[in-house]
Amino acid sequence: MAATQEEIVAGLAEIVNEIAGIPVEDVQLDKSFTDDLDVDSLSMVEVVVAAEERFDVKIPDEDVKNLKTVGDATDYILKHQG
Amino acid sequence: MAKIKPSKGAPYARILGVGGYRPIRVVPNEVILETIESSDEWIRSRSGIETRHWASDEETVAQMSIEASGKAIADAGISVEQIGGVIVSTVSHFKQTPAVATEIADKLGTDKAAAFDISAGCAGFGYGLTLAKGMIADGSAEYVLVIGVERLSDLTDLEDRATAFLFGDGAGAVVVGPAQEPAIGPTVWGSEGDKSETIKQTVPWTDYRDGTVEKFPAITQEGQAVFRWAVFEMAKVAQQALDAAGITVDDLDVFIPHQANVRIIDSMVKTLKLPEHVTVARDIRTTGNTSAASIPLAMERLLATGEAKSGDTALVIGFGAGLVYAATVVTLP
Repeated sequence: MAATQEEIVAGLAEIVNEIAGIPVEDVQLDKSFTDDLDVDSLSMVEVVVAAEERFDVKIPDEDVKNLKTVGDATDYILKHQG
Repeated sequence: MAKIKPSKGAPYARILGVGGYRPIRVVPNEVILETIESSDEWIRSRSGIETRHWASDEETVAQMSIEASGKAIADAGISVEQIGGVIVSTVSHFKQTPAVATEIADKLGTDKAAAFDISAGCAGFGYGLTLAKGMIADGSAEYVLVIGVERLSDLTDLEDRATAFLFGDGAGAVVVGPAQEPAIGPTVWGSEGDKSETIKQTVPWTDYRDGTVEKFPAITQEGQAVFRWAVFEMAKVAQQALDAAGITVDDLDVFIPHQANVRIIDSMVKTLKLPEHVTVARDIRTTGNTSAASIPLAMERLLATGEAKSGDTALVIGFGAGLVYAATVVTLP
C-alpha cells in the first residue's frame, strides 16, 4: 500500500536520524538536507538508497540533485512509489 | 594431428611478499587549498584525506615500481631470476610503448620474464592478481610480480574542487608464487561499460595535441553516482567473493578495499555488516587515492604496523573507471 505524506516524512526522519544523527523532530517538510540537517552530498546518497528500499521507489542519480528539501523528497516518493 | 603436451603448473597460488613505495614529498591539504576554494575540514569530512604523496620528476612510474618490487621480492624470500612474469597495472604512465613492465623486469634483473601492462583503473591490482594466479596454475611462470603504480598527480586538475584533493602517487607490489593450499580465492570481477562516463579522463590526449582543449587531460568523476555504485553495488560483489571462497564475514581478519574515499570504506563496512574484530584498511588518510597501487600499499602498511599479520584472511576489492571491479579473498603474506 502506498505511503501517505505523513508516513513518508516520518520514514525520512528515521532515516536521517540513523545516517546523520539529527533528531527526528527536526526533519520537517521545509528543511534543507544540506543546510539544515547536516546531510552532505555523500550522506544524501545513503538517505536516498535507504528511502528507495523503504518506500519501494527508484531515485536515479540524476534526480537526486533536485531533492533539496525534505518536501522535495516527500513529493518525489509520493509520485513515484510502487 | 600432432598431440600437444598439456601445460603443468602449481596446484594453487599465494601472495608470498609485498612491498610499497611512497614518494618522499608529503602534500598536506593546505597545499591543495592554494588552487581551490575549500577547507581542510571539508576535505577531511568528504574524503578522510589529510595528506598524500606526490612524486618528483625522479620518482617515475618505473622507478617507484622497482623500489616497491625490490621490497616485495625480499619479503617473499626468492631470487629475482625466479620471476617469470611482471604485470604492471597503471593508467598514468605517459609513454605507452613499450610497456613499462619490460623496463621494470630488466632493471630488476629478471631472466627475460614475460612483462606487460594492463589498464583496469582502480581494479587493476585484482585483475593483475587473477592473471598471475592463472599463469602459475598453468605453469607459464613459477613466480609473478604484480605491480600497481600511479602518478595520479599528473592527471589531477588542481582547479577542480571535487577531485583536486583526492589523488596521490605511489607503487605497491606483490610476489605471487606456488602453494600447496588455496591462498587466493576465486575472483569475482566484471565491467559495466554503460557507466563509462562516471569516472573518466576528461578528453583524449589527441584533443590536447590538436589544441581543441586548453587544459591537459585529467581524471574526473560524478561523485554521488560513484559513491552509490561503490558502496551498494560493490558490497554485493564483496559478498559474492566471500561466498565464492566459502567463508563468511566472521571468518575474515582484514578488509582491504580500494582506497577511494574513507566515506565509501565506512559505508561498505556498514553495508557488509563486518564484525568489530575485522581490521579495516584506511590508508587513504595519509596516502590519498592511488588507484591500482592502493590495495598493495594498504596491505603493506597494515603488515608493517602489525595491524594485520602473516596468515590473516583478507578480503580485497578494487573498483573504478570502466566501470570495472575485482574482488577476492587472500591469505596475507
